[in-house]
Amino acid sequence: MDVELFLDSWWPIVLGGLTGTIPLALMSFAIGLVIALGVALLRLSTHRALRAAGRVYVSVIRGTPLLVQLFVIFYGLPTLGVTIDPWPSAIVAFSLNVGGYAAEVIRAAILSVPQGQWEAGYVVGMSRQRTLRRIILPQAARVSVPPLSNTFISLVKDTSLASLILVTELFRKAREIADFTSEFLLLYLEAAIIYWIFCTVLSFGQDRIEKKLEQYV
Amino acid sequence: MSDALLTARGIHKSFGDNHVLRGIDLEVRRGQVVALIGPSGSGKTTMLRSLNGLETPDAGTLAFDGGPSVTFEGAPRSGRARRAAEARRTALRDRSAMVFQHHNLFPHKTVLQNVTEGPVQVQRVPRAQAEERGRALLDRVGLAEKADAYPRQLSGGQQQRVGIVRALALEPDLLLFDEPTSSLDPELVGDVLSVMKGLADEGWTMVVVTHELQFARSVADEVLFLDGGVVAERGAPAQLFSAPREERTRQFLHRILHPLD
Repeated sequence: MDVELFLDSWWPIVLGGLTGTIPLALMSFAIGLVIALGVALLRLSTHRALRAAGRVYVSVIRGTPLLVQLFVIFYGLPTLGVTIDPWPSAIVAFSLNVGGYAAEVIRAAILSVPQGQWEAGYVVGMSRQRTLRRIILPQAARVSVPPLSNTFISLVKDTSLASLILVTELFRKAREIADFTSEFLLLYLEAAIIYWIFCTVLSFGQDRIEKKLEQYV
Repeated sequence: MSDALLTARGIHKSFGDNHVLRGIDLEVRRGQVVALIGPSGSGKTTMLRSLNGLETPDAGTLAFDGGPSVTFEGAPRSGRARRAAEARRTALRDRSAMVFQHHNLFPHKTVLQNVTEGPVQVQRVPRAQAEERGRALLDRVGLAEKADAYPRQLSGGQQQRVGIVRALALEPDLLLFDEPTSSLDPELVGDVLSVMKGLADEGWTMVVVTHELQFARSVADEVLFLDGGVVAERGAPAQLFSAPREERTRQFLHRILHPLD
């Protein structure tokens, strides 16, 4: 093992994570959650056509590999004259992906709130929409934190795929150094360790959010 | 009758093959307390929930005085018919407030927020005014010091009293109670019943589904005995409890009053 190479490469790879992996994951997750909420509401709609649209979306996202989705957007769309830079391509692909998976989490969380809460909302005079926003979603949010954290942690690791569409992030940095030094095992293990540290730190965040939302349960 | 607050005519409701309500008539006059009693499955809760649109009857008419008269016919099929039915239910709902069997308080809101949610969000009462009124109502039921607690921090009886205050805060024309004490420990029942008795004495118009025959007898102005989805007998409590005309009323009362026979 080349300790010196390990130490020298540490900071460049971490920096790749801090400027690539983390912002990519955070932005995609934020946009993805908005998409997911929309899709979850489609799935719960009283209109059959809207329900079907939501179901098709989830089915396509979950039924195709994320890598293929990335390639379709970055390498495929230029054929139609739509050229998107690496970063926006990655954000679009990851957001759509999170949207599909998190939609199911949010839908289940909404369904887990007892029917009586809807009725209590109606009885104090609220519409379905207002009941959803003020009564149901805050309670669903509490339930969905652990599974959504799962989705987020998966996303952090999945962003390594963006290295294949030329986004400079943690894994691409590690690969560049590995290619240059031919120390593949060392650099890839180092990348793994750094991913693991990132994910561990992020799951502390999950605990804090859970505690904050737990106060009334 | 000119002083009828709410009139229900020929209310029918089925759940699948189960014909739960088979043409029920009900009239509630202002200031009157009507008790619905009957064996489980008799349709009394479904009837109560039809009065504020939590259930949509398959047939029948509901009318508040000076308010909407709503006629139900058949289950809505198209999206538009469903939305129209929803609008009718909302119109009905604005006149009444319901206290649930399991209180259904909002767990993520404090006691005071539970009470002010409807007035502030729906009725556009200024928050300060709604809170002042909310605190006064909580004080009335002995829960002034619990205003900032969360529902889970209260006992079952306290939760149910908050449920009553939440309904009162809406200042409805009609209060609906769905077995408000049947999920409570026996020693907590009295607190809730005495609050309800106080409301009746103050002249609130109430429809109460209950198993507390003692309460029905002393507070109600009229008692309806439901059995198999019809009103089997109705009358003043003194008459219905002491000298029931119908055999099935007699049997029901006997089962409740002498469960070990």
